Amino acid sequence: MIELRGVHKAFGANQVLRGVDLVVPRGESMVVIGGSGTGKSVALKCILGLVHPDAGTILVDGQDVTGTDRESFLARFGMLFQGGALFDSLSVWQNVAFRLQRGAQRRSPVQAREIAVEKLRRVGLKPEVADLYPAELSGGMQKRVGLARAIADDPEIIFFDEPTTGLDPIMAGVINELIREIVVEMGATAMTITHDMTSVRAIADNVAMLHDGVIKWTGPVARMDASGDPYLDQFIHGRAEGPIEAVR
Amino acid sequence: MLTGLVGGIGRSTLALLAGLGRGVLFLFRTIAAIFSLPFYIREFGHAVLTIGYFSLPVVGLTALFTGAALALQIFAGGSRFQAEAVVPSIVAIGMTRELGPVLGGLMVAARVASSIAAEIGTMKVTEQIDALVTLSTDPMRYLTAPRVLAATLTVPVLVAVGDSIGIFGGYLVGTGRLGFNTAAYLQNTVDFLETWDILSGLVKGAVFGFLVALVGCYYGMNSGRGAQGVGRATKSAVVSASVLILASNYMLTELFFTG
Repeated sequence: MIELRGVHKAFGANQVLRGVDLVVPRGESMVVIGGSGTGKSVALKCILGLVHPDAGTILVDGQDVTGTDRESFLARFGMLFQGGALFDSLSVWQNVAFRLQRGAQRRSPVQAREIAVEKLRRVGLKPEVADLYPAELSGGMQKRVGLARAIADDPEIIFFDEPTTGLDPIMAGVINELIREIVVEMGATAMTITHDMTSVRAIADNVAMLHDGVIKWTGPVARMDASGDPYLDQFIHGRAEGPIEAVR
Repeated sequence: MLTGLVGGIGRSTLALLAGLGRGVLFLFRTIAAIFSLPFYIREFGHAVLTIGYFSLPVVGLTALFTGAALALQIFAGGSRFQAEAVVPSIVAIGMTRELGPVLGGLMVAARVASSIAAEIGTMKVTEQIDALVTLSTDPMRYLTAPRVLAATLTVPVLVAVGDSIGIFGGYLVGTGRLGFNTAAYLQNTVDFLETWDILSGLVKGAVFGFLVALVGCYYGMNSGRGAQGVGRATKSAVVSASVLILASNYMLTELFFTG
């Protein structure tokens, strides 16, 4: 279980998070929605320790993330970055097997490659792709390779940062379906940030709406349409009129 | 107006001190990363190849032309007081003590500091550095330590090769254009050159290599957003590395050859 309590973060004069409280139950898929620049990515990076919050606590399974051994803590996580964040200098299989070839649980190159090819197959990519370099792949393929890398070491918690941004609707659908299948199949806790409502309905068990640095609404995806929350209603229906200023 | 001026000076001083502090902190983190495990041998090997081996042509050509021009200048200058015979020894001393390491270092700064800053800056902008962290890999150990160590070890080798080529450049001009006897030129070079002349240049090379890679990594890791951010990081890396080479060269020369 992931728990954020009163998390604050500012960059200079720009107060991005103003006391985020959020609980992601174990084995469930939480999707955080909100407009661009509302601090969704910052919240995610706070949990991973890539950004240090100014105040508040973040607990993973009851343990404060700042007090734990970073390496073993991060070994439980997988993350799909918005742009894939694949390492240009490494081939596709070396990207997928990156964690498998390092650290205490390192596998032999042969084993690591086998696992990488299997994970690539799981995300719908053929073994021939394994020896290509990221620059030779399309955007959709890069996202899939990023997904394969995120699940390579069977993580307990997976984060997805804007998984469908920049993809055509069909490829976005494929990625949404893959994420849902993988999360269910692995029994992992998932946290996704997006502003793509199709993605929300395909992936989420629970939804949280982040606006003005705080969680405005949170609840099961089934209750999202009848929430009665003016912020959430405006966002999910994409209205220009409402409490959220259209020009920010 | 006066308040504005004082405020401006204060802000600039604070920014300068903050930058200096970040730089020194980065230096300590780099040294700690070099002396801690895991050591990424593959990354180190790759850095040796790109920083050292692929810099050989540019360093070699620079040294060749510098040695040749030096011979002409010393001959012209020496002829004013009938001291043309010093050409071989001054070329050798000039190349090994100063021009070999400084010009070699500056060429490496132009070639390597820029490419390191651009590569790591692009990795930062495209979240590859964040991805490294989430994959339980310390970017300081994986990216910075191998590059800095490789530059520290390979630039002295480049300097040694550059010294030899520079002296050879002087030899070609001396014997081909200035009428020196080939055997006498070589004898003069060897007779007046001391071990410390060569060693001091190699130590300088190691310091310059360390600085070039350190500065490249620092600006890359602190790169701003987008293409403009990476461009600015690359430019700052080359400028800072060049100035640091020239400043530290003066200090090392003061340390080695005075008192």
